[in-house]
Amino acid sequence: MRDSLPMKNTSATPLGAGAKRSTPSGGLQAWLPRLVLAPSVAISLFFVYGFMLWTFVLSLTSSRMLPSYDFVGFGQYSRLMANERWWVASTNLMIFGVLFVLICLVIGSLLAILLDQKIRQEGALRTIYLYPMALSFIVTGVVWKWLLNPQLGIQAMVQGWGFESFRFDWITNPDMAIYTLVIAAVWQASGFVMALFLAGLRGIDDSIVKAAQLDGASLPRIYWRVVMPCLRPVVFSAVMILAHIAIKSFDLVVALTGGGPGYATDLPATFMYAHAFTRAQIGLGSASAMLMLGGVLAILIPYLYSELRSRKHG
Amino acid sequence: MANVIRRQTPAARLGRGLLYGVLILAALFYILPLVVMLMTSVKPLSEISAGSLLSFPQNPTFAPWTKAWGEACTGMRCDGVGGYFWNSFAIVIPAVLISTTIGALNGYALTKWRFKGSELVFALMLFGCFIPFQVVLLPMAQTLGWLGISSSRAGLILVHVVFGIAFTTLFFRNFYVGIPNELVSAAKLDGAGFFRIFWRILLPVSAPIIVVSVIWQFTQIWNDFLFGVAFSAHNTQPVTVALNNLVNTSTGVREYNVDMAAAMIAALPTLVVYVLAGKYFVRGLTAGSVKG
Repeated sequence: MRDSLPMKNTSATPLGAGAKRSTPSGGLQAWLPRLVLAPSVAISLFFVYGFMLWTFVLSLTSSRMLPSYDFVGFGQYSRLMANERWWVASTNLMIFGVLFVLICLVIGSLLAILLDQKIRQEGALRTIYLYPMALSFIVTGVVWKWLLNPQLGIQAMVQGWGFESFRFDWITNPDMAIYTLVIAAVWQASGFVMALFLAGLRGIDDSIVKAAQLDGASLPRIYWRVVMPCLRPVVFSAVMILAHIAIKSFDLVVALTGGGPGYATDLPATFMYAHAFTRAQIGLGSASAMLMLGGVLAILIPYLYSELRSRKHG
Repeated sequence: MANVIRRQTPAARLGRGLLYGVLILAALFYILPLVVMLMTSVKPLSEISAGSLLSFPQNPTFAPWTKAWGEACTGMRCDGVGGYFWNSFAIVIPAVLISTTIGALNGYALTKWRFKGSELVFALMLFGCFIPFQVVLLPMAQTLGWLGISSSRAGLILVHVVFGIAFTTLFFRNFYVGIPNELVSAAKLDGAGFFRIFWRILLPVSAPIIVVSVIWQFTQIWNDFLFGVAFSAHNTQPVTVALNNLVNTSTGVREYNVDMAAAMIAALPTLVVYVLAGKYFVRGLTAGSVKG
């Protein structure tokens, strides 16, 4: 994981620059790297930055079925703020995001610590914990929709064991359906958090722990007071990735609940898609997309800031 | 870390037992949905409504799989997910190859031929890893229309390449930063050019990162749903979209066994990749996601 830090080891410049001038075809050779990068830069400027700007412009218009360019200022944003379904979607994202991130962190770190105790068959267990991450969220949604089906799934199975009064019908209950998204998403992503933590644990210097052991600290205490503080960067990365997954969550909602019952499990991503592509509300959909971008930037900027700071200090 | 001193006291033994108990319970939580999916996909419908989730198939049948592959209805059409499975491959393979090639060249240019502003170029491109794709959907739809490739496989390939190169560039850049510069500098002094150095010095040591990049891109693009559903027509859909349509097509009796077989079909390629190259899969996830 240490290797993945961008922008380290920048000592190449002087040598490279010096060598370039001495080659016979120096002119072309000096420009080749830039020529090679140019298409990617152009693509990024157009398809990322240009499109972001374009969507922003659309969000200022009254576009419905097709993009039109009669501007209505921030009218779409005030319509969005007055839209009850948008508030349901945003509240859902808060509930889903917070629970998803917290539960993944707890399960992931716990499994990593338990796996780190010289376990036999560690490789096999790790493979089992992590495989859901290789699946599409659509597959995950289809499987969990089946497991959570009250007539044939887990509820029916437990009732069949003799617990007649057992109820687990969250997926059909508008108040509880959002938690089924949390269950399925945690199932898919917690193994990945385990892998992140395990990599972090393996990177910790053994001698710190040995010293703490000699001082007579108990194992849980060592993990809580000595090891966990060393893993702060891992926690930070994990939170960042999980929050990012949460904001982008679209496929899982589509496959598991379809946003229902009603629109009880709508998230901003499904709200945006529904309005922009099926309800002929391009202006409103664009405004919601811009707010999603704002949400991502709100978690990204502090992260990048702390990354840059720690690099300067380290 | 592992510093457990194995004393054979009863308390220690109890602790070990508890530890394995928790780990095995967790393993069941992750593995059981897959087991249920697999068992359901080979049960006849009568057995599904009569038995329970975990009951072992009494009369296993392969019929749901053949139906899911070739006959099940996905929306208006009833020709299974087989065609869409190949569609996915037709989209994934070119998109993976192109984005990995571009990423390798970018990473090489950014690390071994640094120039003024190359760090800025990298930061500029890296941002593409982070945006929520909803923010590009509408302009993309219009642009694909202008290019005359809306609802085509070529259009989907373009979309996946465009938004994949941020990740592949990141992978290769971070890998090449760790390759010593001495060889490259010596080659430059000998008059070797940009592509020659790449071909003779960098590429021969790039196997691990190529595998990481290919696996990452393969799983990302195979599992994509958002672009697939937004930019495809009925004959160019990837398998994830077809699976979702199949599950949500309501004609007559719900055939859960067919649903599960179709889900298995859609999941198999990435599962196979994961089982065969799990080590690289994890490396891609950590490298790609720590920064992306």
